[in-house]
Amino acid sequence: MNPGSVPAKFKVRIDADQCMLCERCVENCPYGTYRREGEHISVDSRRCVACHRCVAMCPRDSITIEEKPVDYRSHPLWTRESREAIYNQARTGRIVLAGMGNASDLPIIFDRLLLDACQVTNPSIDPLREPMELRTYIGKKPRKLDLRKKRNGDIELKTRLHPNLRLNTPIMIGHMSYGAISLNAQLSMARAVASEGTFMGTGEGGLHPALREFQDNMIVQVASGRFGVDIDYLERGAAIEIKIGQGAKPGIGGHLPGEKIDPDISQTRMIPERSDAISPAPHHDIYSIEDLKQLVHSLKEATEWKKPVFVKIAAVHNVAAIASGIARSSADAVVIDGFRGGTGAAPRVFRDHVGIPIEAAIAAVDQKLRSQGIRNEVSIIASGGIRDAAEVTKAIALGADAIYIGTAALIAMGCRVCGTCYRGLCPWGIATQNSSLTRRLNPDVEWQHVANLIRGWTLEISELMGAAGINSIESLRGNRDRLRGYLLDEAMMNILDVQPVGA
Amino acid sequence: MCGIISVVDRSRSGMDGSSIKNALSLMDERGSGEGAGYAAYGVYPDFADYYAIHLFFNNLVEPKGAVDEILRAWGKIEHEEEIPTVEQPDLRRTRIPWRYFFKPDPTLMPGSDTPEEDIIMMLVMKINTSIQGALVFSSGKNIGVFKASGWPEAVADFYQIDQYEGYIWLAHNRYPTNTPGWWGGAHPFNLLDWSVIHNGEITSYGTNRRYIESFGYRCTMFTDTEVVAYLCDLLSRRHGLPRELMVRAFAPPFWDEIDRMKKPEMELNHAIRQTYGSALMNGPFAIVVATADGIVGFTDRIKLRPLIAAEAGDRLYIASEEAAIRRMESSLDHVWMPQAGEPVIGRVQS
Ligand code: SF4
Ligand code: SF4
Repeated sequence: MNPGSVPAKFKVRIDADQCMLCERCVENCPYGTYRREGEHISVDSRRCVACHRCVAMCPRDSITIEEKPVDYRSHPLWTRESREAIYNQARTGRIVLAGMGNASDLPIIFDRLLLDACQVTNPSIDPLREPMELRTYIGKKPRKLDLRKKRNGDIELKTRLHPNLRLNTPIMIGHMSYGAISLNAQLSMARAVASEGTFMGTGEGGLHPALREFQDNMIVQVASGRFGVDIDYLERGAAIEIKIGQGAKPGIGGHLPGEKIDPDISQTRMIPERSDAISPAPHHDIYSIEDLKQLVHSLKEATEWKKPVFVKIAAVHNVAAIASGIARSSADAVVIDGFRGGTGAAPRVFRDHVGIPIEAAIAAVDQKLRSQGIRNEVSIIASGGIRDAAEVTKAIALGADAIYIGTAALIAMGCRVCGTCYRGLCPWGIATQNSSLTRRLNPDVEWQHVANLIRGWTLEISELMGAAGINSIESLRGNRDRLRGYLLDEAMMNILDVQPVGA
Repeated sequence: MCGIISVVDRSRSGMDGSSIKNALSLMDERGSGEGAGYAAYGVYPDFADYYAIHLFFNNLVEPKGAVDEILRAWGKIEHEEEIPTVEQPDLRRTRIPWRYFFKPDPTLMPGSDTPEEDIIMMLVMKINTSIQGALVFSSGKNIGVFKASGWPEAVADFYQIDQYEGYIWLAHNRYPTNTPGWWGGAHPFNLLDWSVIHNGEITSYGTNRRYIESFGYRCTMFTDTEVVAYLCDLLSRRHGLPRELMVRAFAPPFWDEIDRMKKPEMELNHAIRQTYGSALMNGPFAIVVATADGIVGFTDRIKLRPLIAAEAGDRLYIASEEAAIRRMESSLDHVWMPQAGEPVIGRVQS
């Protein structure tokens, strides 16, 4: 039997009465779904990934894309997805790749956590009339202050504060490398974070010269491949992040195929053109917390102790113990990336099955650091599929200092979450290096959309805080009293340390 | 809701509890008859070197036996007795108030800068979390808290507070909104020298509680005021912040104001907010904190609860209402309304 043929996922239709044969759909679909044939446009639905570029570009609204109903015999266990994965794998004998975040239908804990609001005895605060403070400092904090009283009675501060990042909002953009995404996409986000007073990560792809203008708002990443890392790179970043793991693919490294390494990326990453850029799963000099500590120290030493150093790990079941080791390694912040984190490309089996939800990971890490009395000295940054301002607020109430968004920022620039980033043909000019496609993303326009998103969420967080009678983000952090669990099981509520609704 | 009033005599002259009882009773509509209490400093001159440990016992059998045992293990009980009370018609006696005068053995806490206090703190946490039917509600030297579920007058008469003389008094009339009114939940809250009365609701309670618990404190009284007493102990006694800066940590200036400050001032305020962000209190509150050497009153950063201060000679008053202060002292030298977050400090002359 030839298991090669699986039914098309989407059905694309063109309303011939509406169509004016402008061929924009043909030009816009990098997957080759459309072809002009005489006086009509022919469609190959099998090629469609539902990126919606054509729908957005068609001047006559002639295109309809629908999910094609399953034509397999329905079965509760052998779903369409499970069968098609087997057919595909039986055909290729390879690891199945996937892009974007976890696509399995697991319950989302954030949806089962509800925020609180004040009523009579405890007035809510109106953010339009009262100051709301979302300013957040990320980095190491002293355990206590050392003060001396001077002869004249003045108080002198002896403690020297560690370098911290100052954020106007607790929302940052996580690491997406040049290579995984286009330079135009990076430029848009960089301009947005600079305008909103926050930060973004470079990813492990080095820092392109065009981004230097925004370097004060960029966190440079050191991953196991050490691509693009030299002293100039480290010195340009506002902070340095060591990437140990990533939420979409805990326990494995990264791989940027040689086809994507064009001359510009090869320069930025400092690797030969067209060679595969493989980040190994582990850092080959880190096999223990002591080793990690050495790297943290070396990076600090190299940058004269002027920059905070973060360590990013994927959320896995013993994340709390690992985070506590990181906190003790003199890192300034622990970044935890949950199992819904996005990715350019990951083995599907990892993306959908490895790791744990970010909600539980934040709660466990915050609790562990508190039980050891060191929570206050290190920041927690959480990421992995955060979709709106309510989730940011809930993440902070569970114990995060700030969050990274990734996919949400891409969606603000047009991404339709079609999940085919790994093919390098992103029709929106985001997850691609193909110049005819990257041209489609205009950084002069798109930065504003990303900035608007951050600003809109920030306003919503202020409103949610005001409703809870809180005017400073410090008082939201770890304030699990402001959360209630709804339809969560008891074990999960214990992990999250929240009360059920009505309690 | 809730009514608070406090007074300090800076020359350490004693005041009996009768006038503060009258003043508190004036604010009866701020309470619901479910909790009132008084704290007085200087009330045990005969045992001034001993920690006066006040407890509520559910009965005098198992819980008391367990408390006796743990206290004896950690030091010496110099004297103990039931706190004298007089039955009141509208006060239901649900607990037995007891007091020990206790001296901890500092050699049992090696490596501590303040071994006696650390022992007391540890004992309070241990008794309150592990001995069923016993609750320590006051543990300072030469000070006492007297509280119960009832109206201010009933609670005062129950404990006969007019029989005590102190140079600092705090009093509180409770209107519980979040938690049930019970004896342990009445104010003042105390740990060691610190006593706290509070009107309002601390919306940052969850953050403050989890912060303080990471330093070994355990919140057992189901109310947000307890955490204030522990925060004072941590920031002031253990971390050595002067009183003004402790209040600055609790109700700091807004970042915009800090940005406008001159350099050393700005750096100090930055350091306080960055280091003690988790001690910042949010929500509507007016708080008075007392220690053996004075009182400090302050409100939240946007002043959602009333607070009035007044002076008459050596005495400084801080209360929810001016009328209550005038009930204690009709001719005041100076009455003012402190700014949001600005501390009013009354220090005893040393
Ligand atoms: S873009 Fe729309 S109008 Fe243009 S050819 Fe395609 S379907 Fe027809
Ligand atoms: S980035 Fe592009 S390819 Fe990836 S999911 Fe979004 S639209 Fe699809």
